[in-house]
Amino acid sequence: MASTETASATVIEDIPRRPTILATLGAFSRENPLGACGGFIVIVMIVMAFFAPWLTSYDPTANDFGAMLAPPDGDHFLGTDQFGRDLLSRIIYGARTALLVGFVSSFVGCFLGLILGVTSAYFGGRFDLLFQRVMDVFMAFPLIILALAVVAIFGTGVQNVIIAITIPVIPRAARIVRASALAIREMPYVDAARANGFSHSRIIFRHMMPNVMAPFLIILTAQVGQAILIEASLSYLGLGVQEPIPAWGLMLRGGAQEYAESAPWVAIFPGLAITLAVFGFNLFGDALRDWLDPKMKT
Amino acid sequence: MFRYVVKRLLLMIPTLFGAAVLIFLLMRAIPGDICYLRLAAGGGTVAPDVLRICRAELGLDQPLIAQFLTFIKGLVTFDFGKSMWTNRPIIEEIGLRFQLSLQVAIMATLTAILIAIPLGTISAVRQNTWIDYFVRTFTIAGIAMPSFWLGILIILGILITSKAWFGVAWMPPIRYVPLWEDPWYNLSMLIWPALATGYRYSAVATRMTRSALLEVLREDYVRTARAKGLYEKLVINRHALRNALLPVVTVLGIEFAFLMGGLVVTEQVFNLNGLGKLFVESVLNHDYQMTQILVMLVVAIFAFTNFVVDILYAWLDPRIRYTR
Repeated sequence: MASTETASATVIEDIPRRPTILATLGAFSRENPLGACGGFIVIVMIVMAFFAPWLTSYDPTANDFGAMLAPPDGDHFLGTDQFGRDLLSRIIYGARTALLVGFVSSFVGCFLGLILGVTSAYFGGRFDLLFQRVMDVFMAFPLIILALAVVAIFGTGVQNVIIAITIPVIPRAARIVRASALAIREMPYVDAARANGFSHSRIIFRHMMPNVMAPFLIILTAQVGQAILIEASLSYLGLGVQEPIPAWGLMLRGGAQEYAESAPWVAIFPGLAITLAVFGFNLFGDALRDWLDPKMKT
Repeated sequence: MFRYVVKRLLLMIPTLFGAAVLIFLLMRAIPGDICYLRLAAGGGTVAPDVLRICRAELGLDQPLIAQFLTFIKGLVTFDFGKSMWTNRPIIEEIGLRFQLSLQVAIMATLTAILIAIPLGTISAVRQNTWIDYFVRTFTIAGIAMPSFWLGILIILGILITSKAWFGVAWMPPIRYVPLWEDPWYNLSMLIWPALATGYRYSAVATRMTRSALLEVLREDYVRTARAKGLYEKLVINRHALRNALLPVVTVLGIEFAFLMGGLVVTEQVFNLNGLGKLFVESVLNHDYQMTQILVMLVVAIFAFTNFVVDILYAWLDPRIRYTR
């Protein structure tokens, strides 16, 4: 009796400890230096968005007609725009808009896509076929055109831009999730769950969904960068976020191009912010994909 | 093969029909109406009678289902009707701009191919060297950079260099002249937007070339080719690259159809009167008919490109043909 007890105790001690978050992060950055770079950019952006009021002494919407189109100097590190608004603080506050739109639209879009994709794969048959055709239609619609139509219907503004970007994300996420869910549907544990008489929703939510988390996370991070890019495009076209809310795409609209020659900083810095942000999310997303799904590694 | 082509062709019909339903409903869901917008120009009042006549003229007083049937009938018989905004035939309005947009799209594709294939190849062959890292950064930057910003930077660059070199600021012309009338003038206008959209496009294609080639380079037949002592150049060009190009062609095809979206912003930056601009204007003007036809055009191009790519696949790779 006693010997069995000690034996089982040793076995338990032999089970490797789950690595701490810090150790996992360290291993991740060693394996993916580029991805760690991307992650760093993302973190900087999040910090900027959260601590915006402490990082800058200028109100991003305050006009200063004494300092219109002022070049970058000690007072305004990145200069000012044609209304004398401080570019640095507009870029810092702009991170809030970009992150809000990026995260909310990709999260909601991918989550809805996850549910639809798994459900479609689970039921299969005619339902799946019909679902596939509907997704085909949405995929054939160029993203920006769908977004444009949604903005035309609901009007401009942050909230509607989020809706406009969420809708095209759904079919893209659903398609990728469905592909993995199709393989999972054939797994013995799904059969076992079915044999136990579990309800469809329980199998879908509790048994299948947790097992498609890897592709879900991959598409989620990939979409955040895309969403930021589309938000910038829509705002640039005047169909997204409206003045005076600071948004990077909006900062490139109108004045930026008009005064580009005499005040290039107005045209350069906001675009740099968009590029860096998307760059960061893409790098991070790529690394995450390699990390979570070694099969896809090239 | 014939059966596969027919089956694949028939599969396009539900997509096109679905797109027609979707855009029809989307347009009807946009609040406001074109008659009010056209007659009152956003403000002022219009007599209800005038509005009613205008709506009757445009067929907007019909029930939705009747309007939809008219739309579908027009599509099937290729009778696209008139723009509700300018009252000119849609074919004419689109034709005016199609040439410009198509030329930009083709030039952007050429830019993409010229950049992507050499860069992707060298990046794969010299995997994990500084060249590879450079190419990868270049492509990720290309995907991250908004094409409208690149466009603004290009214009800025042109302004600054022309001033520094010639003393006068030079800007690309904004009046469209067809390529065969004055090629120099035409190219000096359209090369810039083509570069701005082409960069992103080339980035996507470069990544695809690289990863496809990396996969092929690990195949047995590449090892055989090397083992029998072929020059590395021949192994890469003849054995590996040819087999790696299939997914690259797919990406090029799909992105070509998606260029429309890129054109919307690029045309805005360069102030070009192309399809993208027409699209934005017709949505904002509630020009139902024009928007519907434009969307159907884009979706049809997309569906057709996909179709061609699939057929190409089946033609080049017999395995696909027989398993379906």
